[in-house]
Amino acid sequence: MTASTHSGKPLDTLKTRIPAGEMPRNETPIIPKESISGSALAAVIAIMTFLAALTTGAVMLVIASATEWQSDVAREVTIQVRPGPGRDIEMESFKAAAIAREFPGLIDVRPYTREESARLLEPWLGAGLVIEDLPVPRMIVVKIAPGATPDLAGLRKALAERAAGASLDDHRGWVNRMRAMASAAVALGIGVLILVLATTMLSVAFATRGTMAANRPIVEVLHFIGARDAYITAQFQRHFLLLGLKGGVLGGGAALVLFALAGLLGDRFLGAAAADQAAALFGSYAIGPAGYAAVFGQIVLIAATAAWTSRRVVKRTLDSIE
Amino acid sequence: MVRFENVGLRYGLGSEVLRDLTFHIEPRSFQFLTGPSGAGKTSLLRMLFLTLRPTRGLINLFGEDVSILGKDGLAALRRRIGIVFQDFRLLDHMTTYENVALPLRVLGRRESSYRHEVIELLQWVGLGERMWALPPVLSGGEKQRAAIARAVIARPELLLADEPTGNVDPALAQRLLRLLIELNKSGTSILIATHDIALMDQYNARRLVIHEGRLHIYD
Repeated sequence: MTASTHSGKPLDTLKTRIPAGEMPRNETPIIPKESISGSALAAVIAIMTFLAALTTGAVMLVIASATEWQSDVAREVTIQVRPGPGRDIEMESFKAAAIAREFPGLIDVRPYTREESARLLEPWLGAGLVIEDLPVPRMIVVKIAPGATPDLAGLRKALAERAAGASLDDHRGWVNRMRAMASAAVALGIGVLILVLATTMLSVAFATRGTMAANRPIVEVLHFIGARDAYITAQFQRHFLLLGLKGGVLGGGAALVLFALAGLLGDRFLGAAAADQAAALFGSYAIGPAGYAAVFGQIVLIAATAAWTSRRVVKRTLDSIE
Repeated sequence: MVRFENVGLRYGLGSEVLRDLTFHIEPRSFQFLTGPSGAGKTSLLRMLFLTLRPTRGLINLFGEDVSILGKDGLAALRRRIGIVFQDFRLLDHMTTYENVALPLRVLGRRESSYRHEVIELLQWVGLGERMWALPPVLSGGEKQRAAIARAVIARPELLLADEPTGNVDPALAQRLLRLLIELNKSGTSILIATHDIALMDQYNARRLVIHEGRLHIYD
């Protein structure tokens, strides 16, 4: 500036009275970091991310459990040896077990003993049952090796030919039902997750718009002093991305901590009746790497939503100024 | 520097609020823009500052036809113009120093490169002791001087001021006028929109008077 001072002294010869060392070191951000509306937005993002992450975790558990139920049932077949007139059920059970052991891919062929069979009926018929008095079939539980596809049709045929009264139940009906139930649970879970994510993104977008309204004067001032539109939108986009990440990390982090705690408590109380029931239904509470990746993905998605919305609002504000 | 040829402006489907405006603003010139309230002073200022497009006519700024410029082109022209708003438009979360430095900061300059420049200007406008104060604690006159400093820090070729003395007492108004006159002497063209006759009487300058939508020029 070549202007002069009030006293006619040229500006460039004016000695500055404030040493540079006394100046604040950090520049104030163009968009204030701490504001009531900004904190409220971070809180909204944190809460919504927490809920979305919880939903994601729950859906991941349901998907994992449904898959596990299916595979557990599908990994087992049962040979049933029915009693009949003059039939030595012990001998026929022994033969049936021997036949099953001949087939590759079948492991752990275990006939239920007389006592075990009696125990299976205890809940209905009471203790002290004399099983010989009843025409109760004998069970042989056969486990299928993981990844193996044994010749079940061949086993069925061999049992029919070589062991009297023996038949094979491959639980196909159960597996089909389980598959339908699991598919329904997974579809329902994914549906709920989509709804929660959509709600989260909409509420974050609306909250961002509300916060942006308070920042309109900043957009205008930047515009009037000649800042390029790209500069202004970048400032707001960065600010809201960081705000979104802050809220997202808080909410998503809280959900992950909750899952970790649930897993720990589940392990500690393993064996307690309620914990066993819960474990039977949902397996362990661990959501696994895919679950963690999904929660991190959500955090990024939600922060990106806030940033994108702020960008849109700034662009609209700039369009309305001109 | 600035050329308006038969410029007209209407809002929506209403009648023209400004008609056939034809005038020039020369480099290093000083002029008042005046007229009764609602005459269209602010609308003309907004057209000069490229935040309002005319409904007809030609506006040429610094040799550029503004009607064919894109957003970045308009922003580049806007950087050659400084504007002082009647309501100051300072950012309340930034110190006076930071507000004044903002036009340089958005140009991507490092703080160390403009520090002395800003401090000197603040001292020149009499805000040397208030540079770390936030706008909410500044008086009306201090805010106005900060707004003027922000408008001129990037050394604009044209300074537009909308009622710069509207919120200050006569003594301060006179001081602010002197400040603007000194800026003009340093090479900046000045256009002050005001309806303060007393202010205009203090300095013999060209007057652009808007009356019933038309511009009358008194050199």
